Amino acid sequence: MQTQSGIEAQRRRIFRRREDVFPKLVLAPTLAAGTVFIYGFILWTAWISFTNSKILPNYKWAGIAQYVALFAKEPRWWLAIRNLFVFSALFISLCIVVGLLLAIFLDQRIRLEGLFRTVYLYPMALSFIVTGAIWKWILNPNLGVERLVQAIGFTEFTFRWLVDPKLALYTIVIAAVWQSSGFVMALFLAGLRGIDNAVIQAAQVDGASLPRIYRSVIIPSLRPVFLSSVIILSHIAIKSFDLVMVLTQGGPGVATDMPATFMYSFAFRYDRLALGAASAFVMYLAVMAIIVPYLYSELRGTRNA
Amino acid sequence: MKKLVSLLALIFCAGVLFGNAQTEAQTGEVEVLHWWTSGGEAASVAVLKELLEAEGHTWKDFAVAGGGGDQAMTVLRSRAVAGNPPTAAQVKGPQIQDWAEEGFLTNLDDVAAAENWDKLIPKVVADIMKYQGNYVAVPVNVHRINWMWVNPEVFEKAGANIPKTWGEFETAAKKIQAAGLIPVAWGGQPWQEATVFETIVAGLGGTDFYRKTMVQADPGAIDSPTMVKCLETLKMMKRYTDPGAPGRDWNLATAMVIKGEAGMQFMGDWAKGEFTAAGKKPDVDYIAVAAPGTSKQFLFNVDSFIMFEVKDKKAKEAQKAMARLILEPKFQEVFNVNKGSIPVITGMSEGPFDIPARLSMKDFVASANSGDLVPSMAHEMATKRAIRGAIMDTVTSFYNSDMSAKDAAAQMANSVRSAQ
Repeated sequence: MQTQSGIEAQRRRIFRRREDVFPKLVLAPTLAAGTVFIYGFILWTAWISFTNSKILPNYKWAGIAQYVALFAKEPRWWLAIRNLFVFSALFISLCIVVGLLLAIFLDQRIRLEGLFRTVYLYPMALSFIVTGAIWKWILNPNLGVERLVQAIGFTEFTFRWLVDPKLALYTIVIAAVWQSSGFVMALFLAGLRGIDNAVIQAAQVDGASLPRIYRSVIIPSLRPVFLSSVIILSHIAIKSFDLVMVLTQGGPGVATDMPATFMYSFAFRYDRLALGAASAFVMYLAVMAIIVPYLYSELRGTRNA
Repeated sequence: MKKLVSLLALIFCAGVLFGNAQTEAQTGEVEVLHWWTSGGEAASVAVLKELLEAEGHTWKDFAVAGGGGDQAMTVLRSRAVAGNPPTAAQVKGPQIQDWAEEGFLTNLDDVAAAENWDKLIPKVVADIMKYQGNYVAVPVNVHRINWMWVNPEVFEKAGANIPKTWGEFETAAKKIQAAGLIPVAWGGQPWQEATVFETIVAGLGGTDFYRKTMVQADPGAIDSPTMVKCLETLKMMKRYTDPGAPGRDWNLATAMVIKGEAGMQFMGDWAKGEFTAAGKKPDVDYIAVAAPGTSKQFLFNVDSFIMFEVKDKKAKEAQKAMARLILEPKFQEVFNVNKGSIPVITGMSEGPFDIPARLSMKDFVASANSGDLVPSMAHEMATKRAIRGAIMDTVTSFYNSDMSAKDAAAQMANSVRSAQ
């Protein structure tokens, strides 16, 4: 015979088990789909990169031939990597500088702060394809900036970066910074608003000037925001495919080729699936090299706390 | 109540199943993958659909829009790997042999024998449609690549003559430039640069050199003084283009010739459509001639449908009917007049075709007989796409940088070697 409290305890146990089981049940399909389609296919791509697949996948092991071909026989790949480094360095540093400046200016408790914040954040709402199309028109020698300035009266003015193989990469930087610096500004603004006023007041009491306060107190306390921005921006930079495709199509020639456009060309246009898979896997390892230490430092921090 | 609902559901499902089975037993269905989605192209495909449906079969359209078939090829590959390929797909050039090698394609020899395809189509074209001697694909039309589209007014203004050789080209271009106009309307995209490049190779190097380098892709022939000369001629043309050329679409370059801003454009015969749409008359407002040095040569681009192996008997019949209809004069005439290309079967009357098309048809037969009918590399007819990619990458980086012609020839040979 069970006591009243015994029955209640049993009901509580069943309820807790159902409470535990039910969320897991609901999330299970998503988890399963994610595991198969994300991680499973990452492994599939890695496998393909060790085969000789051309137009269709074939699963015979062929060793590291594709990686050798990628790094030793494709000059376009080294160009793509060099472009990625230059683009990422400029993109990340300019986004952070512009974002930080905008955030500091907006933090000065100006009028219409809400309006300015929205305006600067708007480009983020556009897709990279739209950004690329707009900037392609703006930077076109016959239609955009060059024609405008010449129409004003400076007939000797030229702005041919978009069609110059040496300078086309910087046009992509311009378009990408325009798109993403609003987002970085929002991150920094949140960070600035989170700084304790007491520290700033203490510094002011000590007689520090405003630039000094910014340099030595505020910016160092924004370190976590710097870290988040760099992580997010570098992942955007490595993936930059749509912007390049729309703005320059990888051109003029192959001057603005990136690892992502390289992979698309070789896997889908040149029928060299295995080489494309190898380049995709190298990109994946590069992203892992950035994300894994970051995650490790974050998780270690929480465990210690 | 529950039992009634389940019973109704069961009857409904059974009805749907049997209904479907009924439809399949009556007509054969052909599912066709293609990317002919723009105005004139879509109208041309609709003609084939009508002809097929007039014979009692059904046509299931599977159009995938976009850039020269990239998306369509990707979709086709996923369908094929999943074991569910369409009945027919728009695939051309050496890719036909790739698909046949993977074992996907069916044998069309019975239709070919009944309709006498070997007599109707030139051997060069028929060989591309075959795998190990059996027909696996049907050609639809022929485009000629080595055209030069000229605005005679511009030449008159500059006092220049239409060049017949690449040497005369520079003289004419200099005169046009001196008159303040743009000599060459250029579209700075890799496939356009490759189109002009292969025209130069055929014109300067001759048919045999073109075959050795662009069709057989022999690295030894590519890294040669003749290739260096071809590359230098390509770079020489850059001086006579305008700075807005990089990234320009081909039809915008044609517009420059139509408007009289530029003197000439090197483009395939699909440019004729732009002139016609602008109301220009051949030999009056524009002149279509063979590119310098290539008057006897015909660089061709043939669109074709590959036929997949299907198990259903009715579908197989419909597929063979489609193959037969494509190479019948009726379809060839309507399709090619609409699309601006020429029929792939020889011996058709020139009545419905305009002047440039008639010239093209004559040259098609003449070059087939003289051995100067060659497949276009830039338009995926001559080599595998990996090799074509290697050649195009080198050509476009050479054209858009200060690489020397000797280095470019060496790099092209190396890339081609590693792409094989």
